[in-house]
Amino acid sequence: MSLHQQANLTVDVSQGVLRCSGNWTVTSLSRLERQICKIKWPEQRAVVWDGSGITALDTCGAVVLYRCLERLRKEGREISWIGLRPEFAELLNLVADQALAIAKMPVDGQPHWVARLGVAVWTKANQAIQAVAFLGASTMAGVQALVSPRTLRWRMLAKSLERDGFHALPIIGLLSFLMGVVIAYQGAEQLRALGANIFIVDLVGIALLREIAPLITAILIAGRSGSAYTAQIGTMRVTEELDAVRTLGISPFQYLVLPKVLALLVALPLLTVYADVLGVLGGMMIAANQLNIEMTEFLSRFEQAIALKHYVIGLVKAPVFAVIIALVGCYQGFQIYGGVDSVGQRTTISVVQSIFLVIVFDALFSIVLNWWGV
Amino acid sequence: MERGISEREPIIDVRHVCTRFGQATVHEDVSLAVYRGEVFAIAGGNGCGKSTLLRELLLLQKPSGGTIRLLGYDTAQLTEMQARAIYRRCGVMFQHGALFSSLTVVENVEAPLREHTRLSQALVRDIALIKIALTGFPLASIGKYPNELSGGMRKRVALARAVALDPEVLFLDEPTSGLDPISAAEFDELVQRLKHWFGLTMVIITHDLDTLWRVTDRVAILGNGRVLGIGTMQELSYSDDPIIREYFHGPRGRAAREPVWNRE
Repeated sequence: MSLHQQANLTVDVSQGVLRCSGNWTVTSLSRLERQICKIKWPEQRAVVWDGSGITALDTCGAVVLYRCLERLRKEGREISWIGLRPEFAELLNLVADQALAIAKMPVDGQPHWVARLGVAVWTKANQAIQAVAFLGASTMAGVQALVSPRTLRWRMLAKSLERDGFHALPIIGLLSFLMGVVIAYQGAEQLRALGANIFIVDLVGIALLREIAPLITAILIAGRSGSAYTAQIGTMRVTEELDAVRTLGISPFQYLVLPKVLALLVALPLLTVYADVLGVLGGMMIAANQLNIEMTEFLSRFEQAIALKHYVIGLVKAPVFAVIIALVGCYQGFQIYGGVDSVGQRTTISVVQSIFLVIVFDALFSIVLNWWGV
Repeated sequence: MERGISEREPIIDVRHVCTRFGQATVHEDVSLAVYRGEVFAIAGGNGCGKSTLLRELLLLQKPSGGTIRLLGYDTAQLTEMQARAIYRRCGVMFQHGALFSSLTVVENVEAPLREHTRLSQALVRDIALIKIALTGFPLASIGKYPNELSGGMRKRVALARAVALDPEVLFLDEPTSGLDPISAAEFDELVQRLKHWFGLTMVIITHDLDTLWRVTDRVAILGNGRVLGIGTMQELSYSDDPIIREYFHGPRGRAAREPVWNRE
């Protein structure tokens, strides 16, 4: 069977005859296509193509053949065919007709750099306006819910609390415990050298309560829930569910955004306290293990050394982070347009942006509190 | 295009296929054969298992029993290489296009060529452009992304992608669903022209009676988990089966049939 016979083109330079043979089909043309640019074309003005050896021809073969013919025609040769089967000739004509139409197609090049700059600026400005509009609409929805709490979607809120708060307990507990262990280990080395073992309590307490616990909780929730918000709202947009919500006369802000913001506002401070407890527990275990500080000793020192303000500062940050994560997640979800591809892209942007903003705001907190001398 | 297989050898041979999802039985006993060069339609009401059968033909799902032979191979015993070779010889147009949303129109049509051949970039582009031109898609829009296209345009691109490799068998899943009557009629014509140009064997899943009357050579009607009737539309229209009668002699069935009767 001639199924795997490669396409071939032999040139008889003295006679001006080109002989095609083999399968001119999409799978057997790659070799010929690479060779064709090296072929020495005959010199004669009148060229004869012999197609009698072609056993199969498909569109791909016809395109290759057409390209050769065009090349010779451009040089002003006269081409005559012998032995091409009628059905192959028909296909070749079909391809030639379409190729002519394609050649007439206007080619639009790249726009001028000024135009591209303009488009870029316009898009960025538009995005900024949209972000502000989103913030405004969310605030309005919040104010409305304050005025008439009946409009709040309690069921959505409860669901969100369960999924984004309660179900996050194990992972946040484990990670903050490990953070406590890590900090205590690193501190123990240094403090033992100075003979200041007991200060491990200050180190673990202040670092965790004030910085690490709120930050690690926020980052985890951004990765866990922020991304889910974006993907959920984005998929709803792609499948027109969001439009269905709108045509029922329900505001997507009330239905989707507000319950998520409120849920995180409640959940994140609680999770932070939980992270505080488990983080300190981790530190305490390492203190007992490495520095021989008993748990009771640790706790009594904890009471004296750690001012309430560290705990409060950590807790004040949590709601700020909560709003950032929920709003960024939802906003990016609403930005999704068109295809599935955009869902993945926006989810990535959502997580990166919310973690970025969380850390920026954490730094701002440090600077401002430092000014106030707290 | 000769490929050394005799005219009446079935390209697709489905024998006693049965499909169950847990308790639910979709196919009890389905047998049918599609021969080279014919336009074969699988019709039937919603939920009769048309799409499931198509998925089984495309090796996307395994039937619970029975055998399916596709292009001479038993689908249950394919190696990965054989499956890949079969996929190269089949083109599929999915109901909603299933275009890759991250690729432009022309890149979508190029995708099968890139995946299955080692041709040069320029040649691949030329072949893709010709296929796009053949489907009547406006060439000025080839740089657009699928989500910027209307449903009808998306179907044309999907068709262009399905025929990119000059397949032997073309599967069309609901080719005219969601199209206005004019576009649907154009699409029917396009399908016929493709058959003429490339000598394709086609398997069409549809319940569009106009398509069934105009385009198909033979039709199998599924229902109650089996093939209720198989034959030309003329033959089926004389069937005694109550479901087929309902199919043909309901108000829509009559309306679709009339132009054909008048023509004759």
